[in-house]
Amino acid sequence: MQDRSGKWATATAVIAVGLLLGASIATAQTTDYRAPRTGDGNPDLNGIWQSINTANWDIEPHAAGPGMVRELGAIAAIPPGLGIVDGGSIPYRPEARAQRDENFARRLELDPEIKCYLPGVPRATYMPLPFQIIQSGQHIMIVHEYAGAVRTIYMENHTLPPAPTWMGWSNGSWDGESLVVDTRGFNGQTWFDRAGNFHSDALHVIERFTPRSEDTLLYEVTIEDPNVFTRPWTMSMPLYRRVEPNAEILEFRCVEFVEDLLYSHLRKEPITPER
Amino acid sequence: MRTNHRFLNSGNITAAVIAASLLTANLVGAQVPNPSPADGYTVPRTPDGQPDFEGFWSNATYTPLQRRDGVAGEFYTAEEVAAIEARALERESAQTVPGTRADVHYDFTQFGLDRSQATLATGLRTSLIFDPPDGRIPSRTAEGQRIMAQRGEEARLRGGRLDSAENMTLGERCLIMAGAGPQMMDAGYNSNYQIVQNRDYVMILVEMIHDARIIPLDGREQADAKIRQWMGTSRGHWEGNTLVVETANFNGKNPINGSTENKRVTERFTRIDDETMVYRFTIEDETMWARPWSAELLMKQTIGPMFEHACHEGNYGLVNTLAGARLEEKLAAEEAAARKPN
Repeated sequence: MQDRSGKWATATAVIAVGLLLGASIATAQTTDYRAPRTGDGNPDLNGIWQSINTANWDIEPHAAGPGMVRELGAIAAIPPGLGIVDGGSIPYRPEARAQRDENFARRLELDPEIKCYLPGVPRATYMPLPFQIIQSGQHIMIVHEYAGAVRTIYMENHTLPPAPTWMGWSNGSWDGESLVVDTRGFNGQTWFDRAGNFHSDALHVIERFTPRSEDTLLYEVTIEDPNVFTRPWTMSMPLYRRVEPNAEILEFRCVEFVEDLLYSHLRKEPITPER
Repeated sequence: MRTNHRFLNSGNITAAVIAASLLTANLVGAQVPNPSPADGYTVPRTPDGQPDFEGFWSNATYTPLQRRDGVAGEFYTAEEVAAIEARALERESAQTVPGTRADVHYDFTQFGLDRSQATLATGLRTSLIFDPPDGRIPSRTAEGQRIMAQRGEEARLRGGRLDSAENMTLGERCLIMAGAGPQMMDAGYNSNYQIVQNRDYVMILVEMIHDARIIPLDGREQADAKIRQWMGTSRGHWEGNTLVVETANFNGKNPINGSTENKRVTERFTRIDDETMVYRFTIEDETMWARPWSAELLMKQTIGPMFEHACHEGNYGLVNTLAGARLEEKLAAEEAAARKPN
């Protein structure tokens, strides 16, 4: 816990400037739709949402491909996708592109999702599992089904990130109909997808959540990371409301499912393949 | 960092004390009374008109779940509690002696994890359990005793604690900790919670392992009983100033005080003043206990923000502990081989 009235107060101005810059970079698409309001008068983004695309396999346009585990056959094959990167290609630095290719080649060993690690931002948003937005005036919570990943978006008392984290440190503000979220403070250990697309701990993510109809949001993201990319780049996709009346975020507590994978070499009695 | 933990404010506790003293034996969830706000206190409301619980809360306490042997009566005096608290804080803050286990593990005080650096939420109770009136968990049913014996036997067959990750505690494995429950208990350290509300949900983020409880308030039915979860599935509603949450559908993998997958928990959250929430829970689990039991904790408002508790991602402790155990076995085997005359 940290006293928020302390030394970070001086950082507020810095953050505010960053937010303004970010807002100008993220391309705000205009829509005529005006969302219902919450009790305190802001656009109401509450709900359970999910993407419908294959960005978690590869955020760039891609054809279908084989899976990594022969025994899983078609189940583990890579589904095709149009991609979510505006313009289709990520502007990697040459050495970073080589790293991406190596990540892909060694993904069974390196993909943090395989280990049930927190997914980072924006990957959490387009994983094929739902998430819920719970919105009050001071905080907007995003609770993901995958690994119980949680984001707290601070709508007041903006500060610099206190420490590097998996899900980053998010400051939010309203820009008309859009929620703009400025996130920094990443630890550099998360990926964008299963294709090995990655970033460093210098990642800066600016997201815009804009209601575009009763049951859809437009989700636009600007990615900055001068260690890895030659310029800022953007992605965008719709998010869809889970309209089932009993829709509910359930537990996907995947730690339990990866213990054998991560720790079996440390067992006193090795597991036999027949187990 | 908050360093001045709050001692008791007896005025805050009066309402809870009065309500609790009216209780009679054998209360089930629906019968436990809702606590009342302190005299003259108007519970703040959200823009949607519901009691406002938004903010950061701590349930760190030295009060034991069960009344200790030799302690009579339901409440201590404020002076007695202050003395108990002072002794406990001294003990906890002075834990690091070079070469001891606490020193090798890590020094709680160094990382601000000891309760002396937390917001304490200690009340006057001699035990958190107020029903049964003896402050003790009720005796187990015959079936409950059989289940406990069976669990013990299964644990014995699994081998030693350090034989594999699955044999270690749920906390060591970063699966779930005491703060999450439900019932939500003092977690030992980081006993912090963040509450965010909208019109239709209350979200309680447990700091430990970032467990978020999402409680729907829309009157929906309980989830299908085939959906069994670590934290069950929760349904909530408002009763005046009190949030009542009923939880079922546990998977039984996290027995708390012996509970089974048949456990149902009823929780009551009432803000009795600006700084204090009274939190009561009732456990009903006929498989394990012949009668329900109920307890009360306080939650004290504390200062945020909460930090990301990425437990699993940084679980070097589990890896190193198991690797150490394997190394010790290897060294012992080599030593035994060297002693053997050839």
